Amino acid sequence: MSDQFEPVIIGFTCNWCSYRAADMAGTARMKYAPNVRLIRLMCSGRLDPTFVLKALAGGADGVMITGCHPGDCHYVSQNYKAMRRFLLMRRTLKQMGVEPERLKLVWASAAEGAIFTDEVNKFVEQVRALGSLHWPTSGEGYEQMFAIPEHMIAKEVTP
Amino acid sequence: MTTNGKPKFAMYWAASCGGCEIAVLNIHEKILDVDANFDVVFWPVAMDAKYKDVEAMEDGSILLTLFNGAIRNDENEHVAKLLRRKSKILVAFGSCANEGCMPALANLSSVQEMVDTAFSTITTDNPNGIRPQVTFTVPEGDLHIPQLYPAVRTLDQIVPVDYYMPGCPPESHQIAAVIDLVIQVLQGKAELPPAGTVIGAGNSTCCDECKRKRNEKLIKKFERIQHVMIDPELCLLEQGILCSGPATRSGCNALCPAAGSPCIGCYGPADGVLDYGSRLMTAVASVIDSNDPDEIEHILDGIPDPAGQFYRFNLAGSLMRFSKSAWQG
Repeated sequence: MSDQFEPVIIGFTCNWCSYRAADMAGTARMKYAPNVRLIRLMCSGRLDPTFVLKALAGGADGVMITGCHPGDCHYVSQNYKAMRRFLLMRRTLKQMGVEPERLKLVWASAAEGAIFTDEVNKFVEQVRALGSLHWPTSGEGYEQMFAIPEHMIAKEVTP
Repeated sequence: MTTNGKPKFAMYWAASCGGCEIAVLNIHEKILDVDANFDVVFWPVAMDAKYKDVEAMEDGSILLTLFNGAIRNDENEHVAKLLRRKSKILVAFGSCANEGCMPALANLSSVQEMVDTAFSTITTDNPNGIRPQVTFTVPEGDLHIPQLYPAVRTLDQIVPVDYYMPGCPPESHQIAAVIDLVIQVLQGKAELPPAGTVIGAGNSTCCDECKRKRNEKLIKKFERIQHVMIDPELCLLEQGILCSGPATRSGCNALCPAAGSPCIGCYGPADGVLDYGSRLMTAVASVIDSNDPDEIEHILDGIPDPAGQFYRFNLAGSLMRFSKSAWQG
């Protein structure tokens, strides 16, 4: 094991294109970084920003959203909604101090296993360079954040 | 039970504005029912009582405590824990206790930035740069003021809460209904809802109560309400006014949209919504009428403060809870 930081990435794929791309990468035995944990949705339009925030608040370092190419959505236009949500979410998260580079949107068709693996590898390196996000709502950071010396609590509010 | 035999009632304000107490008084003559049925033992805004009086009470001896306000400092936390011990029913009353509300918008900044803004901006007359100290020594001894926490938390992030009553403030007719219910329970005529229930509000969204006409929403530009003449009949979101109705819990009878002002989301997340801002972002992004990334970015420029817009009332209760600057200092 090397000492380098291994980011945890949650990847959302759509049933009809990008999941098939990942599947194709697998059957073609293409190698890609093992940091990404893929979750299949029926469509990128199913991607509620809640999923992304839950991933980040739960300890993920980056989130990758993937779907069919514009115009190719199995459900006609839902990947455009995914794109708009992605752009809006990135702005909101930036205000919360989450670097926009921790979020990525990738279009990959069922035939584009090579593009998929390539984008995963690039994204893993991008997040690795940013370092760990380690949001305090995951792990022990939360207790530390609100820990203040016991003697002060007792003194200040009890007569 | 006290000597007069009436069950005890308490109300407390932590990090809040006092609007919740006004809303309680706004139930008009029903406040006399509260007095007739309850012995008010602790209510800092209305009567004199000391924390040590509450500390001296038996655990579980207060029947009903309405707790409004968020947890900003260690005094808030201490009283929250104290009242939890002393109360049978603890209600998170109002948006601050439920989800953080306005005080939690400070979670987008560090405590240092917040104190700088309060004590060292150009409008502040503070030539010596004096800052509040947690401890200060005077001849009589050490003085203490409460310590600010790096972020605001909601009541149920500190102690278990029995019921949630949302609103900023909760509507008076809803408060009156809840008080009626508790009195009926006392008289054995009704039963309490299961613990964890949201009381004094609806289960649907603000849009469901809104009387405005709705069509398909297609937005090319977000407008500020002061810059446009709004159609009095048509859905505000359709007119490009950012309205929080689609994500917000019903219960207020859509007062703001009825008055021509967008819903700002004070009733908090609707049933089943885990993260209020996410739900609102989902809705708003869906109605933008463009498929071109550059044009979308341009339209989104019309929302200058997305975190403040989508988490206006809900930052402490959201999944992320605070910004990085709050926990990195």
